[in-house]
Amino acid sequence: MSQESANDSAISQTRKIIEEYHGKPLRIMEVCGTHTHEIFRLGLRQILPENITLISGPGCPVCVTPTSFIDEALWLGLKAKAIICTFGDLLRVPGSDTSLLEARSQGLDVRLVYSPLDALKIAQEEPKREVVFLSVGFETTVPAECLAATSAKEQGIENFSLLVANKTMPKAYQALKGSADAFLYPGHVCAITGTKDCADLVDQGVSGVVAGFTAAELLTALAAIVIKSAANKPFFLNCYPRVVSEDGNLSARKLINDTMEACDCEWRGLGNIVGSGLKLKSQWQDFDAKLRFNIPKLESRVHPGCRCGAVLQGKCLPNDCKLFGQACRPEHPIGACMVSSEGTCAAYYQYSNW
Amino acid sequence: MGKTVLLAHGGGGQQTQDLIANVFQAHFANPLFTADDAAVLKIEQTKLAFSTDGFIVSPYKFPGGDIGKLSICGTVNDLACMGARPLWITCAFILEEGFELSDLEMIAASMAKTAEEAQVKIVAGDTKVANHGHVDKIFITTSGIGQIEVENHPAGHKAQPSDAIIVSGDIGRHGAAILLAREKFDIEAEITSDCAPLCGLVEKIMPYSPHIHVIRDATRGGVGTVLYEIAAQSKVGIRLKTQDIPVAPSVHGLCQMLGLDPLYLACEGRLVLFVTQDMAPKVVDLLKSTTYGQNAAIIGYVDGAQKPGSVVLETAIGATTILPRPTGELLPRIC
Repeated sequence: MSQESANDSAISQTRKIIEEYHGKPLRIMEVCGTHTHEIFRLGLRQILPENITLISGPGCPVCVTPTSFIDEALWLGLKAKAIICTFGDLLRVPGSDTSLLEARSQGLDVRLVYSPLDALKIAQEEPKREVVFLSVGFETTVPAECLAATSAKEQGIENFSLLVANKTMPKAYQALKGSADAFLYPGHVCAITGTKDCADLVDQGVSGVVAGFTAAELLTALAAIVIKSAANKPFFLNCYPRVVSEDGNLSARKLINDTMEACDCEWRGLGNIVGSGLKLKSQWQDFDAKLRFNIPKLESRVHPGCRCGAVLQGKCLPNDCKLFGQACRPEHPIGACMVSSEGTCAAYYQYSNW
Repeated sequence: MGKTVLLAHGGGGQQTQDLIANVFQAHFANPLFTADDAAVLKIEQTKLAFSTDGFIVSPYKFPGGDIGKLSICGTVNDLACMGARPLWITCAFILEEGFELSDLEMIAASMAKTAEEAQVKIVAGDTKVANHGHVDKIFITTSGIGQIEVENHPAGHKAQPSDAIIVSGDIGRHGAAILLAREKFDIEAEITSDCAPLCGLVEKIMPYSPHIHVIRDATRGGVGTVLYEIAAQSKVGIRLKTQDIPVAPSVHGLCQMLGLDPLYLACEGRLVLFVTQDMAPKVVDLLKSTTYGQNAAIIGYVDGAQKPGSVVLETAIGATTILPRPTGELLPRIC
């Protein structure tokens, strides 16, 4: 059988399993922005029976970054006059008063980079300026951020630091346990971490499967949840074995373990989750922007009408929010979920109206 | 003449004359190319197409082309989309002081070669030199005139319900090639721009012009943007089949990695055509017989039952979704 026809046959078989599900209502939460986007792109919700609901959880790093982080980045750029380097999506995330993009007109020097190592290069090229990279994201981006810190130390680059708000997923699954019957675990994150963290969650009563990103892979993962749910006990399955192994990426994991350690961390909408964040270990503290610049306590505010928090927990849909599509649109986002193309609100907005 | 462009080259004096003679006249020479203020062109009683386009691509050399080739293709293709045979082109250069003359020669030679292939004459031009830092190396503007020889020429408002939608080849290659040429990703992939003059393709299918309702070249905004434009202009709904849209594996891979949609990556050598359903297979066959149309394919049709102005996709799992409109910043300076 050719690859293509194998794919078609996997799609039709798994689709049948999903469409014919008549069991108890199933709430399945995806916690990866790319999954959210692909589910919309494929029109996957259209083929689900009424008793299966897909919930978009807190998987987009931009969406879960709290307002206070943006306020700190703005403080570093505007008050401490540092060059702020960031991935593109963060540019438009609203802080309490403004976004990084809008603050350009107030003199903020913000540079778009594709890798933390590009930010390190900027620090080398401009030795008289302080350069801060905004380190957000899950285990997929953390290794490159660790590498930037370790390389800065090795090369003696002293004007470089990271404003760290990295997060890890396992504690979040536990915090969100009541919001879903099963998780679609993020394939990219699991490629780094391996499957142990997710498999161990079965003991906590948390169910889920690791899912890939093609049509066949996503349908296979959903079909697996449908079948496994019938037994009424917690389960774990790796439905993305072509990429995800039990051990994950050992060298990336070692780099993370050598450079960063767990800490408590604030998630937009979910509040503080104990042990869900990462910070630089003491031997790398020279590269921690929070310590280097002694950022004062900033009073952060979110728009009172924004319901991103409830959206991220699956407690409401984007169009239940009064701001959605009105005051809050992709070109003028009020909540973080409207910013990134992988954000739940942005995806709902883009794929509605036809 | 020296090795770089100097401010004096734009001053209008001897050095300007030297530059024109040694670079532009040397490459563009033809009986119509004028040293006067304007070229004098003779036309019979006829319908003309007339278009202009500016080019500021960075980098100005990229796999599969350069700004010179692009500047001819851009205007030639705009004319061809109206069913016109391109006849004459003018070009205006804005050069940065210090620009390498050898690169200018390369660009002029590339323009001449492309013009020859498109059988269009470069008939007049202008050169200005800006202070260092006031322009980024080289900007070119070309204008062109073409002759429309058919009774019913295609136009953006003419798409009809049930028309088949054809692309003349795999999409998104120019945008992908430029992205990679900027060397920001450390990704190694062999992707060359699709930049090409398409008047030959159009000439080949013009005998079927009554059946060809719309031709448009997909440039900066990619095929997706063109489809939304035509849906709005013709007040029709468009339905695409995702699986039928030709995308080179390397472009597909890059898009997966960077989260881009090939439908919104720029093309510089691809036509989008709306053709009556009965003639569509014939038109695809004719396109496939040309150098630049080998991957031509029918990708969808105009759906009379659908909301006017909408573009929807049948996806790999058989569901239907809207084609999201592009958000975020378009790539700077790709054409």
